[in-house]
Amino acid sequence: MMKPKGVGSVLAVALLSACAQLTPPPKKAAPVRINQDPYPSTYHRYPGALTVIRGATVFDGEGGRIDGGTVILADGVIQAVGGTDTAVPAGAYEVDGTGKFVTPGVIDVHSHLGDYPSPGTQSLSDGNEATSPVRAEVWAEHSVWPQDPGFSRALMNGGVTALQVLPGSANLFGGRSVTLKNVPARTVQGMKFPGAPYGLKMACGENPKRVYGSKGQMPQTRMGNVAVTRATWIKAQAYKRKWDKYNKNGGDMPERDLAMDTLMGVLAGKIIVHNHCYRADEMAVMIDVAKEFGYKVGTFHHAVESYKIADLLAANGICSAMWADWWGFKMEAYDGIKENIPLVDKAGACAIVHSDDPNGIQRLNQEAAKALADGRRMGLNISDEHAWTWLSYNPAKALGIADKTGSLKTGKMADVVLWNANPFSTYARPERVWIDGALMYFSGNPRLRPVSDFELGQPGEGDVK
Amino acid sequence: MIRPLLAALLTAAALPASAQTIAITGGTVALGDGSEPIPGGVVIIRNGRIAAAGLNVGIPQGAEMVDARGKWVTPGIVAGFSRLGLSEIDLGGDGTTDDKANGGPFGAAIDIAPAVNPNSSTIPVNRADGITRAIVAPNVAKSIFAGQGAVIDLGADMEPITRARLFQFVELGETGADTAGGSRASAYVLFRNALKEASELRRYGPAISSAREPTEEIDRPIVRNPNESREYEPDARRSEDVLLTRFDAAALVLVLQGRQYLLIHVERARDILNVLNLKRDYPLLKIVLVGASEGWLVADNIAASRVPVIASAVNDLPSSFEQLAATQSNVGRMRDAGVEVSIGMIDDNDTRFLFNERQYAGNLVALENVPGARGVRWGEALAMITSRPAEALGLGRDLGSLAPGRRADVVIWSGDPLQVSSNAEAVFIDGVQQPMDTRQTKLRERYKDLSRGVLPEAYRR
Repeated sequence: MMKPKGVGSVLAVALLSACAQLTPPPKKAAPVRINQDPYPSTYHRYPGALTVIRGATVFDGEGGRIDGGTVILADGVIQAVGGTDTAVPAGAYEVDGTGKFVTPGVIDVHSHLGDYPSPGTQSLSDGNEATSPVRAEVWAEHSVWPQDPGFSRALMNGGVTALQVLPGSANLFGGRSVTLKNVPARTVQGMKFPGAPYGLKMACGENPKRVYGSKGQMPQTRMGNVAVTRATWIKAQAYKRKWDKYNKNGGDMPERDLAMDTLMGVLAGKIIVHNHCYRADEMAVMIDVAKEFGYKVGTFHHAVESYKIADLLAANGICSAMWADWWGFKMEAYDGIKENIPLVDKAGACAIVHSDDPNGIQRLNQEAAKALADGRRMGLNISDEHAWTWLSYNPAKALGIADKTGSLKTGKMADVVLWNANPFSTYARPERVWIDGALMYFSGNPRLRPVSDFELGQPGEGDVK
Repeated sequence: MIRPLLAALLTAAALPASAQTIAITGGTVALGDGSEPIPGGVVIIRNGRIAAAGLNVGIPQGAEMVDARGKWVTPGIVAGFSRLGLSEIDLGGDGTTDDKANGGPFGAAIDIAPAVNPNSSTIPVNRADGITRAIVAPNVAKSIFAGQGAVIDLGADMEPITRARLFQFVELGETGADTAGGSRASAYVLFRNALKEASELRRYGPAISSAREPTEEIDRPIVRNPNESREYEPDARRSEDVLLTRFDAAALVLVLQGRQYLLIHVERARDILNVLNLKRDYPLLKIVLVGASEGWLVADNIAASRVPVIASAVNDLPSSFEQLAATQSNVGRMRDAGVEVSIGMIDDNDTRFLFNERQYAGNLVALENVPGARGVRWGEALAMITSRPAEALGLGRDLGSLAPGRRADVVIWSGDPLQVSSNAEAVFIDGVQQPMDTRQTKLRERYKDLSRGVLPEAYRR
């Protein structure tokens, strides 16, 4: 943990002594750079063969469609996507995609896998540091249990190739999220998506005020929620001013505060805000809070009332991560409607299908299918290939990884699903899933199925699940 | 397409439902009995019941005609295990949840019927998605016995109860152990003790015929509820050593006598066997298993016992230690072994997401194409969300399929109902066509166009 910092100090000292010979020593010590990535990803892609999928219907994830398409994967990346005339290198492993569909892997922007794993025992319940409404100092990755069997279900049933694991919503500031590749590993570092920016989980509405209000503590009301949120950003601004000054001029290093480090990252535009918020009026308030303090809301999560302010969300370039049909399980979800996703999409805002659920993550394609059908029923003209943007490209944008994955474009990570039928059909299942070009699941090969340590030696081990 | 015809029908619905004969023609008809769908079938509704369904069905003169060409016609979905109508808002909606009473003194005696609110917004939302009946159970609070559940209809009227007190619901797995003070062993002792207390009540309670006749009309007990039987007589003798209230013990007499179904929730394979073994000591019990995530491990035993199972369809996570062997193939494997399986929603958003049952059924069909997995055929999948749950509770001759004589709970779908992209276009309950509007459709209409009007959105309706 100290090593990177130590290296920085040595460098700083070396610089100082070099300067000393030419000019008088400066009064202030040069600033020490804080390591922004102390728990770096150790994920390395697994080997994959040069593979060509021929004859499938391709949804490219950005709204494009190719019938009878050819997709070529090699060296971990998409080599080519095109029609039947696409040149195929010799020696490629051939996959017949006739009657099948190829899509980018599904990306879930809202998961608690690993933090609230199966089995759901108290001893594994690690998703909410519900000890103070402001807990920006915690990092979801430090709770992730890589042996959660839920990861494998999301892969094999859901075609999920990447996901964001967030802290829960008990707190106004829940902590940092982490984006993972859905590849089993011994450590969370081994799953971390290389180069993905961090996110900050924020929450408005019922949960924080219920959790702390019931303890006789602030916040007890929505106005309390906003007040504590604003007061926290005021502190973060002051913290950032101190560090900006230090980073420019050097001198005595300000005291570090883990929570403020994360909030400073948001104010600096390096950490993306993921704001749990159901109601339209509350989202509008949070948009103004963001403007007041000079940050941007990346995505409103759950967002069951986005349809009421889809124009505002479009104007502010904010994504909505939504369920297809969840409603009413709490008061702030009471006005959920089945056309939320297509109405947000129609307004030109960024629409995302999310799960927040270890079962839902196994069927996100079906959730999108419901929303798509409900949108069409009310007269919206939405194509299948456009609807796939809700499942891969828009989520990738929300996570800041759209330059790396989320669509089938040459040079991007080969995170690909071959479905045995149109994935908007209830009867479709993933047949093969590649992550970075490595075949991680194949329904026809019983050996190509991950089984977590937890399930090893248990009844039903290695079952198809 | 179909709308003008249905609108015409709606106008005609001013007639009393019982006087109507309706012929739904041209659709793909699935009977809900396990058979495969029949293209170009006819469904005849008369006096609120199914008169005929299938091919080569004559159309009675004067029948209201409904053109279902290009559509699918099925029995309405029967939600296999639910808490529908018991909760308007699950969390933080004070006063709107009636599924359990943590502060109350009663367990088995609880009768869920008066708690079902036909005006709950959860009813129209599910009705508009083709759910016409639901098995509604209370939740456990302080006793392993949650109380007596009902079968309801989702019709747009104030009388939701089809059958009150049809079953008793008891928890004997992890939840039961927890409720019983911390162990399964304790739950079983409580269970046996409760039945013992019920049997003693029966033995010592004076029979109604021998009870003294009340002299005043006002004292005469009017017994509408079979539970309010002779056991309530103040002179019914009971042991000093009792745990149950008199009402709770009385409620279990019906269970003991096999006059009321006993729904038992367990998940673990060994727990399932324990439940099946109860029949050795209590041969009259009419047990239905609920949950049974590990049922496939003991599927032959369940099949041999002829105990039906209302299972969770696609529950494949080891979400607790009693579900380590959970797999999506559970239902298919139990079915293959000859178990009478239907689909329910225990522990799965059971107050409001019953419309997911057809998605789950469709997912079981999809498993047929996954090597090594076990799914079910389409016809059987539909039966698992229509006739099978009704049969599990002895109502198979009254509802759940399109067989003649069944209640005319009929749904016309835009397409294959097991496809999530299909929707219900018309819903009949007891032969009465139902409104399809919900709070949700009204909210959609209000906000589908966000351009500023001459008045605020609140004026749009």
